[in-house]
Amino acid sequence: MARMATTRRVVISTAVAWLFGFLIFFPILWMVLASFKTELEAFAIPPSFLFFHWTTENYATVQERSDYFHHAMNSVIIAGGSTLIALLIAIPAAWSMAFSPTKRTKDILLWMLSTKMMPPVGVLVPIYLIYKTFGLLDSRIGLVFILCLGNLPIVIWMLFTYFKEIPRDILEAARMDGATIGRELVYVLTPMAIPGLASTMLLNLILAWNEAFWTLNLSTSNAAPLTTFIASYSSPEGLFWAKLSAASTLAIAPILVLGWFSQKQLVRGLTFGAVK
Amino acid sequence: MKHVLGAVCGASVLLLAVPAMAETTLTIATVNNGDMIRMQGLTAEFTKKNPDISVKWVTLEENVLRQRVTTDIATKGGQFDVLTIGTYEVPIWAKKGWLVPLANLGGDYDVADLLPRIKDAVSVDGKLYAAPFYGESSMVMYRTDLFEKAGLKMPEKPAWDFVIDAAKKLTDKSAGTYGICLRGKAGWGENMAFLSAMANSYGARWFDEKWEPQFNTPEWKTTLTTYVNLMKEAGPPGASSNGFNENLALFNAGKCAMWIDATVAASFVTNPKDSKVADKVGFALAPNTGLGKNANWLWAWNLAIPVGSKKMEAAEKFIAWATSKDYTKLVASKEGWANVPPGTRTSLYKNDEYLKVAPFAKLTLASIDAADPNKPTVKPVPYVGVQYAAIPEFQGIGTQVGQQFSAALAGSMTVDAALTAAQSATEREMKRAGYIK
Repeated sequence: MARMATTRRVVISTAVAWLFGFLIFFPILWMVLASFKTELEAFAIPPSFLFFHWTTENYATVQERSDYFHHAMNSVIIAGGSTLIALLIAIPAAWSMAFSPTKRTKDILLWMLSTKMMPPVGVLVPIYLIYKTFGLLDSRIGLVFILCLGNLPIVIWMLFTYFKEIPRDILEAARMDGATIGRELVYVLTPMAIPGLASTMLLNLILAWNEAFWTLNLSTSNAAPLTTFIASYSSPEGLFWAKLSAASTLAIAPILVLGWFSQKQLVRGLTFGAVK
Repeated sequence: MKHVLGAVCGASVLLLAVPAMAETTLTIATVNNGDMIRMQGLTAEFTKKNPDISVKWVTLEENVLRQRVTTDIATKGGQFDVLTIGTYEVPIWAKKGWLVPLANLGGDYDVADLLPRIKDAVSVDGKLYAAPFYGESSMVMYRTDLFEKAGLKMPEKPAWDFVIDAAKKLTDKSAGTYGICLRGKAGWGENMAFLSAMANSYGARWFDEKWEPQFNTPEWKTTLTTYVNLMKEAGPPGASSNGFNENLALFNAGKCAMWIDATVAASFVTNPKDSKVADKVGFALAPNTGLGKNANWLWAWNLAIPVGSKKMEAAEKFIAWATSKDYTKLVASKEGWANVPPGTRTSLYKNDEYLKVAPFAKLTLASIDAADPNKPTVKPVPYVGVQYAAIPEFQGIGTQVGQQFSAALAGSMTVDAALTAAQSATEREMKRAGYIK
């Protein structure tokens, strides 16, 4: 009897979990479906779920009208570049705060987090003026720099929580064996923190890929990533849902594939931050 | 690991380098409307004539574009050489000295051919600060088959009383047909575009001669009460979230007997590829109450040059090309007369080939002529603009007021409460901006 109750509970909780999963995934599914409809069907009320005239003409139009690969390449460079630089700065920073904390370490960590609490639009004009002066408007390096700065607090926090988990004794043992700080960082700490580093990197990559405020405001054409590619398909006068959905599907496809293959690390990374 | 990192860093640095260009490259900011997309498609024709100029397009959503371009122009960022801006921005930006006057459009440009109302809307002190690319007003689009079935005949210049009665008679909620579809989504360019124009026809105005907000007047109360009651009785469900595109979809699906909106919609609703009712649509002027003003607006998308641009000569060449009579002919030869940008030139409305394929042309022209941005209301006003007041503060105020009126339509607020809230919000903003004490 007890066994049956447990089985029933498992079935119910699995069904509920699937239902919630489906609900969360539904907007993405709907977007993908809409991208295969005609503009009229994409807007039709009541909407058709699967039984409509499937077409790939939206993808053809999007390909014809904009240079997807140019935007995708920019996204890869900007998201990848900003993640790489953020990690290069954050690893030593998190290391020092985790293993040689001072009185002010906690304050510094909180201060860093507080920079994320300010709405970015508040500093748009000053940043825009600085970028104009240094010729960084519409440049990939400018976007790499701003996204790196924006995500740095999160990266440092995540790495800090990972590093805190690593027993100090191992580092001390390495030091006893005569390892310098540099060797200790590269040969002892980094390999042990690989899962943490991987999940931090993935999360940062996704955040940078999806970032739409700075990328829309600081780029025009040369450095424009996929966010501007999507934004160009919204129209005030005329039906656009199907084409917009096709553009969005193309834009999220690379990161979705990456996320799918690395979901294990991602979940670990996300829950880690939440519990700590 | 070290090698991989090194390789990735090296590759990034290589890819970050931007190739240099020898020719003049124009960066043009625009919105994603059919006519603009067509212009992008025809860019090669321009560059063929001007081999030393190349063109880069930045297409953005209307509000993103507005924010993006405003930031660039206010900081003189110089990121854009040609801007697509509305009739609302032109007088404000021209007065701030943000736009370059267009004085060298060429001998064969024929400025006198521009429609007088549209030309007025993009001129300040007699100088042209932007060239109109396409213009629009608003009008009534109605279903001829439903009118016939109900024994009704739409006059060419309908009164509001007729429109209201007809909407109630034509509503058949069980069959999913609604008498009238109107904008309800909050926003200065959404529901307030329609409601400001409707208020003009009822004798209301945004501000009196001393910039005092006028939402406490009986004219506004009549306007909003009529609108809310009409939509409750004869409008589609969830109308408070309907904008242009939502109503277009409803009308094309045969759910609306009447729709009052932009004249450019005429070519969408009569296109059999997109519309189920393409051969059953009639047109009429926007309704009036006999006070001398119709409930129609005036809008144009225009091309302008910001002062920060370093390529003014090439930019003006492009603008002259894209807004010329020859461009109209070019579109007609490539995509047919039905697809030429409407509402900017008198000559287009005298062209028999165009009139043949555009049954709505005459009414579009009559609607544009009926909207006077310099004298938009029955009583005098200190501002320019039919469905907006061309002052920088209007975007914010218009959207706040729009939210109150959208709430009244949704039923979460009474008409009186919405008008009181609109009045106090507008007063507060106008005091803050120094228009009133």
